[in-house]
Amino acid sequence: MLKVENLKKCFGSFQAVKGISFEVKKGEVLGFLGPNGAGKSTTMRMITGFIPPTSGTAEICGHDIIKDPVGAKSELGYLPEAAPSYRAMTVTDFLAFIAKIRGFAGAAAKAKVDEAIEKAKLTTVARQTIETLSKGYRQRTCFAQAILHDPKVLIMDEPTDGLDPNQKFVVRQMIKEMAAEKAIIISTHILEEVDAVCTRALIISRGEIKADGTPDKLRAMDPSGKLDVVFRNLTMEKEGK
Amino acid sequence: MCPCKKIKTVFGREFKSYFDSPVAYVFLVAFLVLTGFLTFGVAMFYERRQADLTPFFFWHPWVYLLLVPAATMGLWAEERRNGTIELLLTLPITLWEALIGKFLAAWAFIGIALALTFPIVCTAAWLGSPDFGAVFCGYLGSFLLAGAATAIGVFASSLSRSQVIGFVIALAVTFLMLIIGFDPVVNAVANWGVPSGVVNAVASCSLLQHFESMRRGVVDFADIGYYAGVIVFMLTAAQVVTDSRKAS
Repeated sequence: MLKVENLKKCFGSFQAVKGISFEVKKGEVLGFLGPNGAGKSTTMRMITGFIPPTSGTAEICGHDIIKDPVGAKSELGYLPEAAPSYRAMTVTDFLAFIAKIRGFAGAAAKAKVDEAIEKAKLTTVARQTIETLSKGYRQRTCFAQAILHDPKVLIMDEPTDGLDPNQKFVVRQMIKEMAAEKAIIISTHILEEVDAVCTRALIISRGEIKADGTPDKLRAMDPSGKLDVVFRNLTMEKEGK
Repeated sequence: MCPCKKIKTVFGREFKSYFDSPVAYVFLVAFLVLTGFLTFGVAMFYERRQADLTPFFFWHPWVYLLLVPAATMGLWAEERRNGTIELLLTLPITLWEALIGKFLAAWAFIGIALALTFPIVCTAAWLGSPDFGAVFCGYLGSFLLAGAATAIGVFASSLSRSQVIGFVIALAVTFLMLIIGFDPVVNAVANWGVPSGVVNAVASCSLLQHFESMRRGVVDFADIGYYAGVIVFMLTAAQVVTDSRKAS
């Protein structure tokens, strides 16, 4: 469903992403692991069409992100880092705006908005303006816009960052509920998240893929069998610490 | 989905957002108070004893100079500051659709402010018999001028994530585009010994010169073409800037 081919990004002379390739199939939840500044967000921003890659490309359900960006974006749900939204709008108005842009009108749009509100468990705050909501609800509002059109590919940049344990649990629950039908990518630097939701993980450091496999396979890379040790070995030695 | 629908959706959200905060009302009141004061207090509308609106339209460029940047400064700067630009531009729309939607929303908003000046037309009609063709022409010219100023504002707003910078740059660019055709300035420059061909060529690029004839009731397609040109140029510049700097 999602195919990334040799994606590279340079900012001036700095190479943020150095040729990343992978595929995600339906039913997979791929964890994107890496320290801060590893290139996770940059990679996601290129796949979602927000910034153009320096070279390489990606395909979302057969739509090339360079040749057919609008087609690719319509198959995609994206939760950007820090979950931005139009804060002066109410949750319902905001989601109705997203529904309209995604081509739904009238009763179909309303049905999609109601469904997203229910799935993201926002019913109690649906009429409030987003700026009055707590961080957890704001995160879920942005999550709701990402899943509103039932996308085949879902990309989430640190979806549980800054949430309390209960909110994290709710978000992870929502991801699990829809995992079977979609190809999902989640970036995180929280290793427990991998065990909680991911079926596969990539470890990225300095713009390169260092490891790719199921959580169990990654764990087996170190005699200790601990994911954090594997993560440290792969990402820290390269940074010369 | 047709681009028009997407533009309309962006337009709708942006236009409504003006009224979600007090900004819209402050703006409308300021616009009406300023135009009213300048027309009646400074230009002596009654004392002229003529039922025409040239003294009313005379001040519009200077009112737009102050107020249009205030209406446009947030268009892109806010999106960047809040990170919503990442949301907007990863939806299935093109940057052009987003840009045109925003531009039209701001222009329509200023159009509403302009439309709310209708009592002055009523006043003139009650006191005498103004030439309604000329009045229409003046409004058309003023609306086009507002469109050009809005496009400049959209461009200025795309330059940075700071609204203040967006405001100041829009003000400076609009001021420059006005002043190069302002008669006292044009005459002063001509007196310095600058060849009159150069002075006239520069002055003909001014927002003011093209408004001048419309203000007096003459519609020339060259003037309309000029405003369309400024709008297209400024929006293209905004497109290029936003595209290259959206992630920063």
